[in-house]
This record gives sequence, C-alpha cells and structure tokens, in this order.
Amino acid sequence: MVASYELRILGRFFEELLEHKLKGVLNLERPIRVVVAKPGLDGHDRGAKVVARALRDAGMEVIYTGLRQTPEQIVETAIQEDADCVAMSILSGAHNHLFPKVVNLLKERGADDVLVVGGGVIPEDDIPGLIEAGIAGIFTPGTPTSVTIDFIKNNIKRK
Amino acid sequence: MFDKENLEQLKKSHKEWENTVNTKVVTKRPERKKEFETSSGITVKRVYTPADIENLDYSRDLSNPGDYPYTRGVQPTMYRGKFWTMRQYAGFATAEESNKRYKYLLKQGQTGLSVAFDLPTQIGYDSDHVLSEGEVGKVGVAIDSLKDMEILFDGIPLDKVSTSMTINAPASVLLAMYIAVAEKQGVSSDQLSGTIQNDILKEYIARGTYIFPVEPSMRLITNIFEYCSEFVPKWNTISISGYHIREAGSTAAQEVAFTLADGIAYVEAAVKAGLDVDEFGPRLSFFFNSHNEILEEVAKFRAARRLWAKIMKDRFKAKNPRSMMLRFHTQTAGCTLTAQQPDNNIVRVAMQTLAAVLGGTQSLHTNSRDEALALPTEDSVRIALRTQQIVAYESGVTETVDPLAGSYYIESLTDQIEQKAAEYIRKIDEMGGAAKAIETGYIQKEIQDSAYKYQKEIEAGDRIVVGVNKFQIEESAHKGLLKVDPKVGELQQKKLAELRKIRDNVKVNASLDILKNTAKGSDNLMPLILDAVKTYATLGEICGILREVFGEYQQSIVL
Repeated sequence: MVASYELRILGRFFEELLEHKLKGVLNLERPIRVVVAKPGLDGHDRGAKVVARALRDAGMEVIYTGLRQTPEQIVETAIQEDADCVAMSILSGAHNHLFPKVVNLLKERGADDVLVVGGGVIPEDDIPGLIEAGIAGIFTPGTPTSVTIDFIKNNIKRK
Repeated sequence: MFDKENLEQLKKSHKEWENTVNTKVVTKRPERKKEFETSSGITVKRVYTPADIENLDYSRDLSNPGDYPYTRGVQPTMYRGKFWTMRQYAGFATAEESNKRYKYLLKQGQTGLSVAFDLPTQIGYDSDHVLSEGEVGKVGVAIDSLKDMEILFDGIPLDKVSTSMTINAPASVLLAMYIAVAEKQGVSSDQLSGTIQNDILKEYIARGTYIFPVEPSMRLITNIFEYCSEFVPKWNTISISGYHIREAGSTAAQEVAFTLADGIAYVEAAVKAGLDVDEFGPRLSFFFNSHNEILEEVAKFRAARRLWAKIMKDRFKAKNPRSMMLRFHTQTAGCTLTAQQPDNNIVRVAMQTLAAVLGGTQSLHTNSRDEALALPTEDSVRIALRTQQIVAYESGVTETVDPLAGSYYIESLTDQIEQKAAEYIRKIDEMGGAAKAIETGYIQKEIQDSAYKYQKEIEAGDRIVVGVNKFQIEESAHKGLLKVDPKVGELQQKKLAELRKIRDNVKVNASLDILKNTAKGSDNLMPLILDAVKTYATLGEICGILREVFGEYQQSIVL
C-alpha cells in the first residue's frame, strides 16, 4: 500500500518534471522556424541578415534564402522547411506587388497558417493595404529587432 | 618632426597630467564611458599630443597636396581652384520623367549628372521580363534600348556635362548606348567625360546586382579599360566602391580595406590581360561613403589616398603619377538616415558633407532627408544640394587645402586606419585575392559581424541614434512622399513591343549572333556591343546572349 502511494507520488513528480522543467530545459518543443527572404531584384540585405541573426540568437531556426527570390520560390521554401513564419525585406519599392503575392500563393498551397511579416523602406501610406492583404506586421527602419522577435513569438499560428 | 629631448620631456609631463586627471578629476566626475572608440574599434584617447605622431615624416607621409603619396589631396590647389562636382544621384520611372529631373537639377546649379537605373536595367532584364514585375522604374530609370537612352539625354549636351552612371554588370551596354547617343548629337567619344561604376566585386560583396560569374565579369571590365583607353580617354572606366560595403555595415577601416582589395584585383586582371598599368591606371576612380564620425571619416579618406598610392607605386610599379592618385566620389551615408523625425537627417547630411569636403572628395552626392521613407521629393533634393552649396560657399573650410592635417588626432587616426586596412589586405592576399575572399564569404562575414554589432549597440542603448532610441516623439504619418506611377511598367512594355515591331530585326539578330560567337572567344566585346545597341537590340537581349555564353553568378550565402 505504502509503496504504491509512494510510486504514485514519484510518478506525479516525474510527470510534473516532464511538463514544466524538462520541456524547458531540453527544449522538447520545436523552435519557431522562420524563412527570411529577399523577394524581387533588390540587393540590400543588411537588414535581412541582421534580423536573421537576431531571430537565431532568440532561439529560432532561421533559413535565409539569399537574394532574388520569386514569390513562388519563397513559398516553396516555406513549405519544404515547414516554416512557421516568412519574414521578407524589400527596399526597392516593389513591396506592394511582391508581399501580397507571397500571401496569396501560401493560401493557394494550403499554407495560410504561415505567419507573414515584412520590412524595409515602406511608406506609411502603403502599410494599411499590406496589412489588409494579409501581411501580419510591417517593420520599418529603426525598429528594434526585439520588437520583431516578440511579434513573431506572439503571433505564430502553431499547427 | 619633433626634437627628441623635448619629446621625452613631453611624454613624461603628459603621463603626470593623465595620472593627476585620473586621480583628481575622474574619481569625482567620471567620464561618460569607460572606453571611447571609433567605428573601426580604434581606442580614442582623452587627448592627443606630439607623442602620438612622433614617427611622422612630413615629406614621406604627407607631402604637398598634389604630390605623392597624395595624403593631403590629389590636386595642388584643391577647392581654391574649383569646388568638387556636385552630383545628385537621380532617376526614376521613365526616361522622360528622369530627363525632366536632370534638367531641373542642372538649372539649380548642379554641375554633373548621376544616373540611377532601375533594378531590371541593372540586372540586364528588359521591362517585360517576368522578374521585372513590380520593379520597373522603382529605384531608377528604366532603360531597355538606345531609344530610352536618347530620350534620357534629350536636350542635354553630352560634350558639356559629365555623367556618372551607376551601372555594373551591364556597364558595357549602357556605356555603348551613351557613346551612341553622343554620336547622334555630333559629339565624338573622345570628348565624353563621366564614370561608369563597373565594379562587380562589390556587387558580390554587398550590393547584389551581379549577373555573370567572376571570370567573364572581369573580362568585360578589362575589355572596357582597353576600349576606353583608346576611344574614350576622358572616361572613368570604373568606380571602385566602398560606399555599399559601408552601407552593408562595415567599419571605416574595413571600407578602405575591402575597396582597395577589390582595386588590386582589377589591376591584376587588367595587367594579366596584357594592359599597361599606366594606360588604364589614371582612369581608375573610387567611391566612398561619408558617415557620421567626422574625424574618423576625414582620416579614412586620407588613409585611403596614401595606401592606394603606395600600392600602385610599389606593388604594380606604376610610373605615371596619375596612376597613383586616388580620385573619389562620395555619397553621404544612406544607412544613417532615420525614418523617425526625418528633418533631423538634414543635419546628419550636413556633417557628412563636411567630412567629405575636409577629406578632399572630387565629387559628392548628398542624400535627402526623406530617403528612409521613399525616393526623395524635389524639395528634399533641393535642400540636399543646398547643403553642399552652403559648405562650399559659406563655411570657409574650402579656403585652404587639407585643413585638418597636422592635428595630432587626425594624423594618428590616419595612420591607424591605414595600418588596419593594410593588415586586412595582407590577409586577403594570403587567401588568394579579393575574388577568392568573396567566394568563401570571408569579406561578407566580416561586414555582417560589424553590422550586427552596430545594431546590438543601438538596441542596448550603448549607441545613441537621436530620435530612434533616444529623444523620440509621437509622429503622424509623413505626407508628400514621392510616388512612382505603377503604370510605368505597362508603359515601358508598350514602348518595347512597339520597338520590336519597327526596328530591323534581321540586323538585330545578326549583331547578336556575332556578339555570341565573339563572347565564346577572347576578343574585346565592346565594339560588338556598340554595334548591337545601334541596331536597337535591347539590354535584355544583349545580356541574355551573354548569359547563355557566360552563365550566371551563384551567390555564396553566409550568416
């Protein structure tokens, strides 16, 4: 009797340990996976690379696509990598054309649970339209990387 | 420069002074920071004395302006003779729109043109290419064929203005178009003056508008060197650019190092192709960034001049002094512009202008206050140009050559930046040169590390950017930004379709065939590219043919 009671206590202890501690310590939950992408022909990648490193330092898995990605390529990478988030950067002014295209292609491929965010030189007037098109957040010059990190953490739609 | 005995005495008394300050002053009123340093990580002392430049040899290290090693400037009279060329980088939408902006700028007192091309043009795609979607006319003017180029320079006498073109991978094609337009104006190519950027290595490193792999790209560049030394002798055949390296996040010392390392690679390629260093050397030009830390920037420009002079003389055995002179264009640092409280950017640009002028630039572009938000409006561009004019006409810094020379701090910084840059160049030499160091991602990684460090300093509050992480205010949306008409793409496509109908397509195809065959061999491609543009073959067609023969560059990605 006593042994069985003790066992139960021990069992609960391990359960709790598993629940609260181990998961945190061993990081059993998969880290957030982000595809950082440069759509279009724009070659300015300082921002994209700084954000990629900041996300990685914040514990996320980051796949950086490199330059000159078509929306199709970005969506393909996001699906192949089972990404939770696509983070795009454009400084050439082609954002109104390319950001929504990525959102729509993700939808077409049944991956509309992927969070899409964007950054770069984006005039404020363009932001409401982009949000409406399904880009969850737009981060303009001067945004601390911590803001982007928190936004992604708080808004991913885990499958 | 200094008497040895005096110097020893001075060192002793200076040490005593430092000790007194540390014990009596700093303990009561600590300095703002434990360590002060420049962007390049150079420790900045409390004060500089003759002891910091005790090894300075005036005639060896500085010399007269216009004399080797050109530390004090490439001309003997500098701005007492004439001011730098005020050259605002501009271009957007269609050739018609940009032509209007150029005429406006010339009327405002600008002294040279600087053409910005849109991304499809820079990457060798016509406006109707699928990858051009959304990009046509956005960051510059769309040029598809000689037709567009004729419109771009309509009514602008090409024998009177000098034109700088920010074009790299397809530089040969745009230069050919420029020569062809001049010919139509009755201006022969030997009267033309201007610059093509033509610097592919920094495209691989930092700017991204590459097309072809390294080897054929270097061939196109040396083809241009060779062609211009004969037919366009007043043209700057390359603008070896540190600007974009700095924008990508490098330090001042890295900017000098990687730019000159690229320069070495171009000289080596040309020498290897059989050209004489003193034939093409005088036409090499440079392009630097002017960032916020005024004194470090001034030292940077001086260090770059001295180091390049030594490289050309000692390493490449140049004989012609003009081959050793580092002439450069400057642009104020775009990456320092803030989207927050954008009018503050006017002040930043003014400081950066001052640094460029104190550093002895040959030409200057000043950024506009609203460029962190969009392409600049006409009003903003005017203020940016006025900033240069105020420094030129009102500040007084132009009345004597290299006014900061002899400052203990400036000379010490100049030395240290040169040393740091030379050390990097040694490392890159060991790796097999700039092209190899780019292939392995070494240069990119060095720059990215600096960029990341800079960002982390801002976020930790160790680096203050006024209006961004201190002195913020609530702001409403900024109005009156420049908008490029989204119809530009359609317009260009219509023009292209029309052109393809009315031109002599037999002639076009014949010229492209010859180009293709020659590209497979080793002859100079410039004359054939010139023939092709004159038949109104498009930029995309010409680059397409070369893509078939040369293949495309594959980026090495390092994080």
